[in-house]
Amino acid sequence: MTAIALRNATKRFPGTGGRPHTAVRDLTFEVGVGEFVAVVGPTGCGKSTTLSLVSGLEPPSSGEVEVDGEPVRGIPDGVGYMFQADAVLPWRSVVDNVAAGPRYRGLAKAEARRRALVWVERVGLAKFAGYYPHQLSGGMRKRVALAQTLVNEPRIMLMDEPFSALDVQTRQLMQDELLRLWQGTGAAVVFVTHDLEEAIALADRVVVMTSSPATVKAIFEVPLARPRDVEEIRMTPEFTAAYREIWACLRDEVARAREEASRAG
Amino acid sequence: MQAEMTVAPDVTLETPKRPANRRTKLWSVRFGLVVLWLVSWELAATHWIDPFFYSKPSAIGDRLTDWFTKGTAFGSIWTQLAVTLEEAVLGFLIGAVAGVVLGILLGRARFAAEVAAPFIKAANAVPRIVLASLFIIWFGLGLTSKVATAVVLVFFAVFFNAFQGAREVDRNLVDNARILGASRTQVLTSIVVPSATSWIFASLHAAFGFALIGAVVGEYAGADKGLGLLIANAQGTFDAAGIYAGMIIITVVALLAEYLITLLENRLLRWRPPVRTSGDNYA
Repeated sequence: MTAIALRNATKRFPGTGGRPHTAVRDLTFEVGVGEFVAVVGPTGCGKSTTLSLVSGLEPPSSGEVEVDGEPVRGIPDGVGYMFQADAVLPWRSVVDNVAAGPRYRGLAKAEARRRALVWVERVGLAKFAGYYPHQLSGGMRKRVALAQTLVNEPRIMLMDEPFSALDVQTRQLMQDELLRLWQGTGAAVVFVTHDLEEAIALADRVVVMTSSPATVKAIFEVPLARPRDVEEIRMTPEFTAAYREIWACLRDEVARAREEASRAG
Repeated sequence: MQAEMTVAPDVTLETPKRPANRRTKLWSVRFGLVVLWLVSWELAATHWIDPFFYSKPSAIGDRLTDWFTKGTAFGSIWTQLAVTLEEAVLGFLIGAVAGVVLGILLGRARFAAEVAAPFIKAANAVPRIVLASLFIIWFGLGLTSKVATAVVLVFFAVFFNAFQGAREVDRNLVDNARILGASRTQVLTSIVVPSATSWIFASLHAAFGFALIGAVVGEYAGADKGLGLLIANAQGTFDAAGIYAGMIIITVVALLAEYLITLLENRLLRWRPPVRTSGDNYA
């Protein structure tokens, strides 16, 4: 069963000076139902564009994107998306932020809040339900965003470097939290990151992208059992072996991206 | 270490006292400045400059007492005030609502905004205060012509801010709402309008002042009641004190309105983090 399928998907944006800029080209990979796939690549290579294509926020310039076997036209049903930047509403309290999805989908206010509160508790913010986002720390705001996405019970979760702005300890905590909450939902996850350690610790498979314009360079299976403890698993020899193997593949791309960046700038 | 320990309690004792002290100091300096200004004016007008042209504080005070106890040449001062306020408030409400609605809609409609841009710029460049004369011809000497002048002044002030506010909505917030299942209308009401609110309030502070100016200038151009008429009449009779007295009443009204708008703003925007800037302490 495939949840997401990309076939030769290419995305061009109108670039500066009239020449179109190709963000991703000929992307082909599939994500199975309930599978956790991490996408790694050099910074600025178009990883986020991949998520925009799957979410339907941007249509592909050519090629195909399918969700649940249907070509993507507009935002598909059952998709959740966690953005890199904060996307919580600053004028709503924690519980009302989490209730946003159910409210948009036509639930009455009381029922939406009841459901939201369940998720606010699950992400560990029960005491902060009435707080406004500016009163929370960065990690807590990420928890709000996570609850906001999960309350809609998505079958597909797209995550765009959601923890990159957090400090190392908070990040590991959030990674554990994510795995804990994801287990049992049966949702397919596409997790974009430039942090290879994070990718291996979380995912079943790791997709390595080339430098810009990005395409799939290689796909690796991660041979680590679940449930995982993100901190513990980093010490295992299997983890180190996987890291070494994938890094060998990723290293060239990172080097090339750096070269291009220094030439351009 | 020892020294630090003994110094610390002193500091904690002093900090709670400081804001109150500062406030007293602030207000006494302000009060002092006003007294200094009024006294020097009074003295200058008594011994040096001609009070016929420049008037003096005591004369203005007498005129104000006169107006409030015996009434003006056109009846009770309260009637004049009520008329001007009615015009200003009506003009403010109509202009603000129209400005907010059009500003937000146009701010979200890229093509329409591009089409309208030069026309809006031109309309903004027109010396709108002159329209007061035109409105007198169109709508006569009554309420409508003054409200129209106030509306025109208020509309543009609010419109530009609402427009800018609607355009500068965080792209992430909109995308996030769409993914969470928001329709176009829901994006507008739950994301765009709240985002633009702080922009809109920034303009509302100035807008009530504009509404008062519109009403007074409208009355000045032709009316049978209102503070503008009092001022125009004072000018016609070379009564400098009367002009000042009218100005003072209008200023007080504008300050009161500003206070009310600030209250409303704090109520509606209480989700905002307290702003701390390098230029703080200004309030």
